[in-house]
Amino acid sequence: MNPSHAKLAEAFNADEKRTDWHDQTLWFVRQKRDKAAHVLPEWEKLRQWASDIKDHTLSNLDVYLAEFEQKATANGVQVHWALDAADHNAIIHKIIRDQGLTRIVKSKSMLTEECHLNDYLQQSGIEVIDTDLGERIVQFRKEPPSHIVLPAIHLKKQDVSETFQEHLGTEAGNYDPQYLTQAARIHLREKFIQSELAITGVNFAVAETGGFVVCTNEGNADMGVHSAKIHIGCMGIEKIIPKAEHLGVFTRLLARSATGQPITTYTSHFHRPRPGQEMHIVIVDNGRTRQLGREDFRNSLKCIRCAACFNTCPVYRRSGGHSYHTAVAGPIGSILNPNLDMKANADLPFASTLCGSCTNVCPVKINIHEQLWKWRQVIAEEGLVAPSKKYSMKMMAFVLARPSLYRIAGSAGRWVMRNLSFLVKVKSLNPWYKQREMPDAPKESFRDWYKKNKEV
Amino acid sequence: MKVGLFIPCYIDQFYPKVAIATFQLLGKLGCEIIFPQGQTCCGQPMANSGFASLSGGCDKNFIANFSGVDYIVAPSGSCVLHIKEHLNDGKSPAEAEFIRTHIYELTEFLTDVMKLEKLSARFPYKVGLHNSCHGQRGLHLSSMSELVAPAFSKPAALLNMVSGLQLCLPERPDECCGFGGTFCVFEEAVSVKMGVDRIKEHESNDVDVITGGDVSCLMHLEGIMKRKGSKTRVMHIAEILNSEL
Repeated sequence: MNPSHAKLAEAFNADEKRTDWHDQTLWFVRQKRDKAAHVLPEWEKLRQWASDIKDHTLSNLDVYLAEFEQKATANGVQVHWALDAADHNAIIHKIIRDQGLTRIVKSKSMLTEECHLNDYLQQSGIEVIDTDLGERIVQFRKEPPSHIVLPAIHLKKQDVSETFQEHLGTEAGNYDPQYLTQAARIHLREKFIQSELAITGVNFAVAETGGFVVCTNEGNADMGVHSAKIHIGCMGIEKIIPKAEHLGVFTRLLARSATGQPITTYTSHFHRPRPGQEMHIVIVDNGRTRQLGREDFRNSLKCIRCAACFNTCPVYRRSGGHSYHTAVAGPIGSILNPNLDMKANADLPFASTLCGSCTNVCPVKINIHEQLWKWRQVIAEEGLVAPSKKYSMKMMAFVLARPSLYRIAGSAGRWVMRNLSFLVKVKSLNPWYKQREMPDAPKESFRDWYKKNKEV
Repeated sequence: MKVGLFIPCYIDQFYPKVAIATFQLLGKLGCEIIFPQGQTCCGQPMANSGFASLSGGCDKNFIANFSGVDYIVAPSGSCVLHIKEHLNDGKSPAEAEFIRTHIYELTEFLTDVMKLEKLSARFPYKVGLHNSCHGQRGLHLSSMSELVAPAFSKPAALLNMVSGLQLCLPERPDECCGFGGTFCVFEEAVSVKMGVDRIKEHESNDVDVITGGDVSCLMHLEGIMKRKGSKTRVMHIAEILNSEL
């Protein structure tokens, strides 16, 4: 079992300077997002439209997915359906095996991360090169991405320099971003030119046209796809939108929410294979229909993976993506992952103060913090919280429902704090006291005061 | 106007001075105040920990205590929000509904119901305002930095009526302090780091006092500041609004 978010976050916080840097870097992105949003007077309207379109689509998912399949097939694209991660990986493996290919590139796709495609293929002796710069860096380091848009944001340029020195033979101690990027560019260009098969994610799939859109800032999806003879697009079933005219609503929101840019540098539309090329689309469920069936959580399927909720989350900024021990970290991950594996991810809905900032930045108006609250109820009901917590909650509920008992417990508690303060000052037993003083315990509660003074 | 004063459990026990200030302030402003003796807690600690199913006893007790007043007022945004969103009792649905729609956090009550425009209070200090999340994003006590909407702040408007007070906002005006109910103990490391960062921003403004509408956030910040030996104090907004001219 994974260590909990709290434990991993505590380890992350051991290096306070790095925590500060992580926090400030992501806050900078959040500020860029604010500037980009605040120059559009129609911003809140756009969010509402996006939310409404997604609501409508999720209610008619079967219709739009069938329409998409029909149009895409008519365009000459081969459409595959995958029930789960294993299915998804097997479909891709078969395409690779049938053609006997070895030179494979991939542009960032969180779905393939979710399905652990790289590990799966590697076990079959097939290597996939991630071509997004950040993805390539974490791939060299054998780490998962820590952020869905900025996968290597937990690393400093010094870390990147050391990684490149080891894997690309760059100069030791040269931290110049220009130099390091150039080294990566030369390395990746070679991979692009050799690529026989390119895997990309899908940001939006349009039912009306059977086409799909991939958004990148480095152009790496295009570079990979343009030289490969096979292109496989991997999409979750929730990526579908009804019409091409809806795209503008989402592309305007996506880039601004993600990085504060008015539009991603490359917004590439794919409709049909070019002559001599094969194009495949793998449409994946992997628990999404289960989430669709959970009334309280279906809204989470609106997510367009912009990561605005990561950047605004004061907890994410100070705990790092790896503390969430899942492919999709942050607030949205904390409501998606319990659906995939409730037991393994039972800690995630508690890794939040429920401050609500995530809900406010969400471009498709997912009520993230309310869903976190609801997941806590489900997780407690399923018996997936520590027995000690459950017991103390039961005790508390018992006392607080009985006014006279509450009064006795209150005075007794305050007396102990005043006279036997050593009891609450054991740092290993009282996490509050580890880095904080206890509040003063007054002799008199307000109720005591009120009884004496109300007539004064 | 009959106002039921709701003093959340931990304020009753640890911060009676905040309750006294709230009681005196509402009294000065001409409210008829009732303090129901059997009140305890809103039930939020259980609900936020995943045990909303255990808060039925608190709900019942709350309804028994607060039925029959015109308004319920509390010096705590997060407890008020909990009642608004979650108070329920199958046996007395009408009373529960009335309470949910007539409970107010202190500053919104002063602004929206009492329509306060001036205040005879004096507090000649530099004050930093901490916007507590549940009050701000839950009860909409002030505009939120994430939304594209006109700016306003009910607590700031009230503080600006206090003579001699110099109000300072931190650079990140509405970031969470890290208290978060049981989050502060179960995620101790991140919670403290968030608090440390909040305090740093206020201290860089050289404030004498950090104030806000939720004692829970202030208690967390105070705990960290006391440990560090900081000279900055925390005070609930009721204490400042109730300070004498």
